Amino acid sequence: MKAPLKWLLAYTDIEYKDSDAFADEIASLMTLSGSKVETVDKLESKIKRVVVGKCVEIKRHENSDHMFVCMMDVGAEFGGVIQIVTGAQNVKLGDHIPVALDNSVISGGREIKAGKLRGEVSEGMMCSFEELGLSSSNFEGGIDDGVIVLEDLKILGGKDYDSFVGKDIMEVLDVCYKDHVIDFEITSNRADCFSVTGLAREAAVTMGAKFSLPEIKVKETAKGKAEDSIAVQVDDSDLCPAYFARTVKNVKVAPSPKWMRERLEACGVRAINNIVDITNYVMLEMGQPMHAFDRRTVRGGRIIVRRAKDGEIFRTLDGQDRTLNANMLMIADEIGTIGIAGVMGGENSEIRPDTTEIVFESATFDAVTVRRGAKSVGLRTEASSRFEKGLDPMLALISINRAAQLVEELGAGEVEKGIVSFKREDAFLDREVPFDPEKINAFLGTDIHAAEMVKILENLECRVNLEKKIIVPPYFRHDLICIADVAEEIARFYGYNNIESTLLKNCEMTLGSRTKKQRIRDVIRNRMSGSGFREMLTYSFESPNVYDKLMLPADDAHRNFVKISNPLGEDYSAMRTSMAPTVLRTLAFNHAQRNKTAWLFEISYVYIKKANEEELPEHREQLAVGAYGDMNFFKMKGVLEALFEELKLPEAEYIASKELPFMHPGRTADICIGGKKIGYFGQIHPLCADNFEAPRDSYIAVLDLEPLAAGAVEIPKGKELPKFPAVTRDLAVVLDRKIPQGEVIKIIRQRGGKLLESCELFDCYEGIQVGIGKKSLAYSLCFRSPEGTLTDEDIDKQMKKILNGLTNIGAELR
Amino acid sequence: MIDILADIKKAFIEKITSSSSEESIESLRVDFLGKKGRITGVMKQMGQLTPEERPAFGQSANEVRTFIESKIAEKKKEIKARELEKALEKETVDVTMPATPMTEGSLHPLNKVTEEMKRLFIGMGYEIAEGPEVEYDYYNFEALNLPEGHPARDTQDTFYITDKMLLRTQTSSVQIHVMEHKKPPIRIISPGKVYRADNLDATHSPIFHQLEGLVVDKGVTMGDLKGTLEVYAKAMFGDNTKIRLRPHHFPFTEPSAEVDVTCWGCGGKGCRICKGEGWVEVLGCGMVHPDVLRRCDIDPEVYSGFAFGIGIERTALARYGVSDLRQFFENDVRFLEQF
Repeated sequence: MKAPLKWLLAYTDIEYKDSDAFADEIASLMTLSGSKVETVDKLESKIKRVVVGKCVEIKRHENSDHMFVCMMDVGAEFGGVIQIVTGAQNVKLGDHIPVALDNSVISGGREIKAGKLRGEVSEGMMCSFEELGLSSSNFEGGIDDGVIVLEDLKILGGKDYDSFVGKDIMEVLDVCYKDHVIDFEITSNRADCFSVTGLAREAAVTMGAKFSLPEIKVKETAKGKAEDSIAVQVDDSDLCPAYFARTVKNVKVAPSPKWMRERLEACGVRAINNIVDITNYVMLEMGQPMHAFDRRTVRGGRIIVRRAKDGEIFRTLDGQDRTLNANMLMIADEIGTIGIAGVMGGENSEIRPDTTEIVFESATFDAVTVRRGAKSVGLRTEASSRFEKGLDPMLALISINRAAQLVEELGAGEVEKGIVSFKREDAFLDREVPFDPEKINAFLGTDIHAAEMVKILENLECRVNLEKKIIVPPYFRHDLICIADVAEEIARFYGYNNIESTLLKNCEMTLGSRTKKQRIRDVIRNRMSGSGFREMLTYSFESPNVYDKLMLPADDAHRNFVKISNPLGEDYSAMRTSMAPTVLRTLAFNHAQRNKTAWLFEISYVYIKKANEEELPEHREQLAVGAYGDMNFFKMKGVLEALFEELKLPEAEYIASKELPFMHPGRTADICIGGKKIGYFGQIHPLCADNFEAPRDSYIAVLDLEPLAAGAVEIPKGKELPKFPAVTRDLAVVLDRKIPQGEVIKIIRQRGGKLLESCELFDCYEGIQVGIGKKSLAYSLCFRSPEGTLTDEDIDKQMKKILNGLTNIGAELR
Repeated sequence: MIDILADIKKAFIEKITSSSSEESIESLRVDFLGKKGRITGVMKQMGQLTPEERPAFGQSANEVRTFIESKIAEKKKEIKARELEKALEKETVDVTMPATPMTEGSLHPLNKVTEEMKRLFIGMGYEIAEGPEVEYDYYNFEALNLPEGHPARDTQDTFYITDKMLLRTQTSSVQIHVMEHKKPPIRIISPGKVYRADNLDATHSPIFHQLEGLVVDKGVTMGDLKGTLEVYAKAMFGDNTKIRLRPHHFPFTEPSAEVDVTCWGCGGKGCRICKGEGWVEVLGCGMVHPDVLRRCDIDPEVYSGFAFGIGIERTALARYGVSDLRQFFENDVRFLEQF
């Protein structure tokens, strides 16, 4: 909400000072009492270096049939007499005309520089109203077709024109409105502050000044009565607690006076004509949106407030056709719709230059209905953004009178007698809100005297009854409902920053902690970082087409994603169901940046849709790892083993997998712990790598967090170190090359029994010496007993068992 | 015979002084002490001596042998030491050559900042709560006093899944989950991702991170809120940091405030970071609205509480002097390795 400071202070006893420091101080005090200031702008003319010049010589341009070359006296300060070429046809010798000098700025920020026009030097430009951002209609005698000639203007009639030479044109025309415009951020609970008077009230309380609304008196000079000109019928009073109408006869549509135009324009509202300007002015001043209908267009002389018909089409003031629905509230006459309540009027009832009778509407509409209606027709107006915050019938009543008063003051017409009104029974009821100084002090942690609280509340125009422990808020404060709201008012004006800081002094100690899952998550993050990986943070959105890039079949479960109904774009419309695309995209990004290596990880969610779509999706937390550069399958395996070791998980099993179409079919393994699959890792399929533009030597690993966290042992039990010596034996076998090493070692371990302390593969050989289609595996076995030194016999027995087992899978001792 | 021993000794001394390699020492040893060596040779001739002469001769011969042995050992040691010295000399490196790099990992700057906050609040008796990102409208809005049609919903452009389901726009949704399941005393923080339909630019991202705080207990005051935030501000922005509360409006707290801290760039004098204000906004907070408590079956006549929401990105930008938010989500390793 933009509020011109001079206008705002006019409702208080604080005097405006034309100084930035003054405006800044008010802004900062207002911010601290809760009216947050976004910006403070000094309002001054945007037109620079445009001065009055006198035409001392004029001749036709030799190379042009419509241009003139003029010698203009712009005053000694700006170089005396300069040459200006103009195409304007209304320049005569001796005329006084605004001249934009070299390096001047005119309307729209356009810069004017000296130059040549068809070979003749022009040291600037003569200006029209439009070029100065002005409207000729506000200057009697002024014309649009041509430059401004001061002699033509009525306001300067009889002045000594030569004295204006070299003077700033905006000052000469008296159009330099000087003020400071403060832009306030208005929160949704303070509909009242969406107005200059509302902010003036806040300013007055903040600065201990006096606030007063202008005295509102309507003379009602017209002979007739409003009720004879218009009738009001509210069919849907649940959505319209109050409706007031006043009528004006003998309307003279004309420009508004300068003071009103200046105030409107300072607020960023364009002045149109006196009637429209009055409705806008009252809205800005009081916060009550108003509407003016041409009475001739209210058919049957009756305004009917009712819900719209579904599918009804209605053309609003802006010339757009809008489709309505039955949840919207309309303003209608006996034939059809003439406005969308609280949003925008209709083209059919608009004020025209020949309008002679008008009906002013000032009403209260249901906030949610206006908000929904505005949304459904895609129209958010100054009016709707005020109604949707909730306004009071009293404000509507005050405002209709204010508008009538302004009509009279501006001589815009004659106001008829009386107000045609509809008031729901509960429209003007007072509300009581609990107020208990003791409770408020206990809540705020303060020791504010009850009298001080009462004073603050009374300054805010609340009626206080300390005995009954209640207050009655003023009509414009719909936000004061419970005692916490009252406490906020007290705190605001006592000063939030005057409240003494404490640290839960009335409360017992509590123990801060993390859950096991939270601790394990951090252990994993630190381990991965220790293993050389960098933690990334990625978006959980995906494009639905990544599943094509992953080469997943059409019926793959990953394609059943949670879909965002209003995404930023198709590419961000799916909640991810796999971490793989996230990782690949990040690897590809790093690759594109020519980073030689990128080792990355993240713990994050994938979102798995439930069978019942009304349930929230499962948030499955996963550790995702991705790397290229100086990485291979067994290095990645080592990284994972180191992690499992850190978490003290039981030994993992790796099972070759060809299940995932985006993974290399010969270099991918499922990871099982305790017989349960917890994830997969391996090299990415080269075609998938190409699809993502990731390097082909990209490796990824994806593991579910839940089983890692559940299985992790945080406090491992220490074991005694062995007392007796170990005996080592080597064992080399030749067998079919297709048998995985994992199977062999499994047999060795099973058969080796308790005495086999460890078994490690130290050589794997394939070659002509062991036969085609065969391989040789060599293991180092270590035997030990906790009970005594083992004899050769003991060990031979175990070795024999192991060999027997290996023979079963066709292995031969080498 | 004795003279022969003296000659041997003399010859040995001559030879050993001119020997400098391990091989020549070895051949010297063979020559004098070997099975066919000179000492052995002399000893073999001992039979020619009278029994009376034999002990004296034997003793002398042994003395010469011991002398030779010790000299050889000494010389060998000397040579070894010299050779080691040579070897070490050869192994000398240029200590100014570049290091062999270790593969370094790192934690994400946003998570590092979050971790600092977690530690701080855990130390103050808080637990960490977690809640879903894909959330019911009820938890994100309705239960927080933002019913459908409430104008404040406009300030948070929301991604919807269905009419009733959305991507949470604020971690405040976790407040409701916690209060539904836990009765006071409650002291929790809840960091996590939140979503708003903002296009990505240097200062906005459709996904960002917040850290929610909630305390509900008997006798919790607004002074406690202020004191807590002061501790937070000093811990995160330095001991000299001051805070300023500005009244604001959040539908689920009353009174509500936005909190500024004295600018870390200039200490409050005014600079580019704070746009000359001297203060930088870092969080929103307030006393939990009685309606919110009531909705979670907590009696506002008995209990009160405060809540706050901290923007993680904003804090991290400040902390690490990063100017463009997008870098946090691009995950360029050259960016990540700085932290």
